[in-house]
Amino acid sequence: MTLDMLTALFVFMLATFLGLDIIRRVSRLLHTPLMSLTNAISAVAVVGALLLAGEAHDTLSTVLGAVAVFASTTNFVSGFLITDRMLRMFKKRETPKS
Amino acid sequence: MTGAAELCYFAAAPLFILALRWMSSPETARRAVFSAVVAMGLAIGGTLLQPTIHTFTWIGIAVLAGFLVGVPLSRVPLTAVPERTGLSQAFGGLAVALVGIAKYYLWLQEGVLTPFKMGVIGGEVILGCLTCTGGLLAAAKLAEMIPTRPITYRGQNIVSFALLAIALALAGLLIYNPFMSWAFPIIIAIGLIFGVMLILPIGGADMPTVISFLNSYAGLSAVALGFVLENKLLIVAGALDGSSGFVLSIIMCKAMNRSVTNVLFGAFGSVQAAKALGEKKTAKSATSADAAQILAAAGTVVIVPGYGMAVAQAQHRVRDLYELLSKKGVDVKFAVHPVAGRMPGHMNVLLAEAEIPYDRLVEMDDINPEMPQVDVCLVIGANDVVNPAARSDSTSPIFGMPIIDADKAHTVMAIKRSMNPGFAGIDNELYYANNTLMLFGDAKAVISDVVKELSGENAS
Repeated sequence: MTLDMLTALFVFMLATFLGLDIIRRVSRLLHTPLMSLTNAISAVAVVGALLLAGEAHDTLSTVLGAVAVFASTTNFVSGFLITDRMLRMFKKRETPKS
Repeated sequence: MTGAAELCYFAAAPLFILALRWMSSPETARRAVFSAVVAMGLAIGGTLLQPTIHTFTWIGIAVLAGFLVGVPLSRVPLTAVPERTGLSQAFGGLAVALVGIAKYYLWLQEGVLTPFKMGVIGGEVILGCLTCTGGLLAAAKLAEMIPTRPITYRGQNIVSFALLAIALALAGLLIYNPFMSWAFPIIIAIGLIFGVMLILPIGGADMPTVISFLNSYAGLSAVALGFVLENKLLIVAGALDGSSGFVLSIIMCKAMNRSVTNVLFGAFGSVQAAKALGEKKTAKSATSADAAQILAAAGTVVIVPGYGMAVAQAQHRVRDLYELLSKKGVDVKFAVHPVAGRMPGHMNVLLAEAEIPYDRLVEMDDINPEMPQVDVCLVIGANDVVNPAARSDSTSPIFGMPIIDADKAHTVMAIKRSMNPGFAGIDNELYYANNTLMLFGDAKAVISDVVKELSGENAS
């Protein structure tokens, strides 16, 4: 294992602990939007897909890369839009009517 | 990797973290989406700056197609959000698996497959594939395109894990010698099959937990891809998503008093037959006029909504009821059980869509101590989550599950189509209690009638 991989494992461990801590504080009201938001965030895998589709080494990797770009784009576009749509619905009580 | 790209990734990571941080309250939550969008933009922008990218044709077409599919997918009705989530997990798994597969063949040709790289590719492809088919199947179950009951056979867990063991052994073989490329497609196939086998034995009632687990898998596959590409942003973002799914599934399990292994391998709901009642009990029924009168005279009303309310599309009528009662000075609250709905927090979203203010939605643990002081508890389309047997009857399959103590309110009113037992086939003592009045009928029709009675009273 290279030193760099060890760094990567460190990053993973720290981010997981941070994640567990942050998620526990998320309002229970917002668990459904949280799930769509994290779905959209995991579409950051698009980074790997973009490189494959853009570097175009051979047909196989270009096609697989392009399909992966499509799948991830669908994910973050629909994920972000639907999260925002749901969050807009959460309103506090209007000032009491007379 | 160029410095500019590294900088973009470096800036994106804290923005993702802040995004999740801002989900802690509805007041800051919309900022969360903004922050995550900026982070995603940075990640994509940084990647496109890489000099190794020399053609944008395929990227352009794929991104355009992604928008064309993604925008309509974001407009589904909110009752269909669980299916959309499952589908999106499938897409996430697919993307990760495809990148891993392409990397294997590329690096095999270039001869740069170190044992470590081969190991992470193996793990990544298995995770990606099982998330893909698992997500698809979960979406199909949630959309009721396939039966939601658990599909089981003898020795199921053994077969599933034998398959997974074969896949891991083959991955081990490839680490030893990456040129045995015949093994790689088998790993892919097993990953895909394993995803199906993971979801088949799980029943409809456990879908909220499973969908959270899949979220975790989707995050972890992004982490695995981060290891393959040595990209720390992917590792951070994936780890955040992975832990999010994990925390949510634990919350769901606790709310059902089940262990994680029991949900995943227990096939709940497959064997329980409805328990025969020892004696014939009678329930008292009431008309909507009675109900309106009781509600109008109450000081505090707690409404317990279940998924049945959403199925009957009654949430907007419930909002009308809430507004009428509030205007009359009645204190109306909504008690939301953690597993109400078909995914974590689903009921809150459905109520928010009906424009019920979120500060009126109260969690189970906060409302229970208040229940003995509540005048009227109105149960709409909920059943197991208010079943007192969970507290008192140790032979009940739901014994030990935390419930909303509806029975402790002075008067309980339950809207139900008939006296048939609910989803899990468990009889509910609550309906026969002395302080319970049954309102028989479709939830939407009953509430509309009650609202009419109330507003008529108002006019006269």
